[in-house]
Amino acid sequence: MRIALFVTCLADTMFPQAAKATVRLLERLGHEVVFPTGQTCCGQMHINTGYQQEALPLVRRHVRTFDPYDVVVAPSGSCVGSVRHQHAMVARRAGDEGLASRAESVAERTYELSELLVDVLGVTDVGAYYPHRVTYHPTCHSLRMLRVGDRPLRLLREVRGLDLVELPAAEQCCGFGGTFAVKNADTSTAMLADKMRHVLATGADVCTAGDSSCLMHIGGGLARLRTGVRTVHLAEILAATEQSGIPGEPSELVVRS
Amino acid sequence: MTQTFLGMPATAPPGVGHLRGEEPFPVAARRALADSQLRRNVGHATTTIRAKSGAVIGELPDWEHLRAAGSAIKADVLARLPELLEQLEAKVTQAGGVVHWAADANEANRIVTDLVSATGSDRVIKVKSMATQEIGLNEALADAGIEPVETDLAELIVQLGDDRPSHILVPAIHRNRAEIREIFLRAMPGVDPALTDEPAALAAVARRYLRQTFLSTKVAVSGANFAVAETGTLAVVESEGNGRMCLTLPETLITVMGIEKVVPTWRDLEVFLQLLPRASTGERMNPYTSMWTGVTPGDGPQAFHLVLLDNGRSAVLADEVGRQALHCIRCSACLNVCPVYERTGGHAYGSVYPGPIGAVLSPQLTGVADNASLPYASSLCGACYDACPVKINIPELLVHLRDQVPHPRGESVAMAAAAYTMDRPRLYEAAQRAARLSRLAGRRGRGLPPPLNGWTASRDLPDPPAQTFRDWWAER
Repeated sequence: MRIALFVTCLADTMFPQAAKATVRLLERLGHEVVFPTGQTCCGQMHINTGYQQEALPLVRRHVRTFDPYDVVVAPSGSCVGSVRHQHAMVARRAGDEGLASRAESVAERTYELSELLVDVLGVTDVGAYYPHRVTYHPTCHSLRMLRVGDRPLRLLREVRGLDLVELPAAEQCCGFGGTFAVKNADTSTAMLADKMRHVLATGADVCTAGDSSCLMHIGGGLARLRTGVRTVHLAEILAATEQSGIPGEPSELVVRS
Repeated sequence: MTQTFLGMPATAPPGVGHLRGEEPFPVAARRALADSQLRRNVGHATTTIRAKSGAVIGELPDWEHLRAAGSAIKADVLARLPELLEQLEAKVTQAGGVVHWAADANEANRIVTDLVSATGSDRVIKVKSMATQEIGLNEALADAGIEPVETDLAELIVQLGDDRPSHILVPAIHRNRAEIREIFLRAMPGVDPALTDEPAALAAVARRYLRQTFLSTKVAVSGANFAVAETGTLAVVESEGNGRMCLTLPETLITVMGIEKVVPTWRDLEVFLQLLPRASTGERMNPYTSMWTGVTPGDGPQAFHLVLLDNGRSAVLADEVGRQALHCIRCSACLNVCPVYERTGGHAYGSVYPGPIGAVLSPQLTGVADNASLPYASSLCGACYDACPVKINIPELLVHLRDQVPHPRGESVAMAAAAYTMDRPRLYEAAQRAARLSRLAGRRGRGLPPPLNGWTASRDLPDPPAQTFRDWWAER
């Protein structure tokens, strides 16, 4: 299958390892991945911060960029949530009905990674190997906007060597919330503290999720406290094999610096 | 109404009532977050209610249908509100009640105060009511020399503690039993200093105190959960029986009701009387459901006044996205599942309507400029939408209101610049390169400048990678 990668601006700029893993994983499963270079940002930050008018050109760009493709995937529940639940609304509010219906059409063809794997490609065992104790945080937008349900867990359960431990109070928000983390930094930190407490209680060495944004938040807190627990995107775990080395291990840091 | 209607409906007036906080949410929240007793009390209470409510909702196979029905009935009500209110007025009048129309808090307070004064009573007993808290009726009565006595146990605790309610259903949720004992000893006349903090002992002294008041007060003020337009019947649901006392013992009953509380028919109550108790207290049925239609000779209050309160509701109704906030039946399910509310408690929201529903209702009632920080008091996690028994899409409303808030100038400039850059891939790539260069500048994820220092105060920021994804892709 030919799949267009909607990389998301955050993964592109800050967490390319999650995007590269998405490419490696899909190619390993025998699919062709294309990267439309006209893409930048879906506009979610603008929309959620109260700047719908400013987001309009970004919505237009996103729709124009991805309209030619039958299947679009993003390693982010939140950005797919914005495409599915906000793009048409922003267009409609601006009085652009044509854009709104094209946005709806693109949204119908856009999938979060676990949705694509389980629903479209019909696979739960992706042939991954990841010998670590892992706990999974269901991010709010994948859980409540997209309703991905247990798809990520079904994928993780098939990973060889992976010891999956249940996260207590998993469905509670980690406190990220985009600009919420800055505008209400204290409340956000209080939510983060509880999330970290639960992550640490599992004894896992890795906390995973389907959103780099929430992982940046949880991981930023875990790093600040020098907990030794790291965050790794779901795509990186699913892309890992016996041959590929382990993502997030020091070897990769050496390459980076 | 005393004013001629010209143009857009008015928002709730400032200077009266409790819809506006004195400081922005982040400032108030910061203080609340430091109160570990508050965090413990609210966290414990919301966790308990959440579990209880979840269990009884799980018993109903048709819960989703009930939610859809509740939402549809409310949408219908809002679509023909004037007609239903006039029908309600006619039926209440027919049944011997008197209907008053109050455009705002000032009018409502004046109407109620005048009605109480006319009875000659210098005290009223009150059934817990959000509408009267919203308009600051207790203060207005006190200014007129009339003592209002709250008879709901939690509301009484708040009143005796000279405090403010912090939850729609459990106004004293921020207090634990040791604190309640202290308040009773300090403020309730004739309490034995040997009083323990056993819930039964605390309830017993409150009951003794209230019983005397019930029997010696001639006027009661209540709110209303519902009003049935087809018969002019008012409904109050409660758990303690204090409401039943207030609604039946006094000679005069004055009910203050938000105009959105009307439902068309008795049959509609069937839906809400299933939704409300399960979503709010986590009970299958609320212990007391009191309904009355006008006055009945020889039985109950012989004078009944219904005050229909607008106070910004028509302005909310005028916004076709925002109006769904008027579906709210004040169950507080959204508060109980909200991770923000659970940590900050209700006072941080400033308004009597805290939590997610408060964050979308208060700014609409007052106009967003007066509660500009509230639409941002959410991580948009969406738990409130799932919990709402009448399916108010609170996250959608929050985003909608954020779009109307007057933005700080610096933020507007930054957001416009970001959008401009992101709509130009070459500029965007240059910005990505600039972010990478910051690695060499030695910032290393510490001490970002304001306003981004909110992030680095408690979290590390990873260094930008040596290569963006698109650079990697280009090199493949």
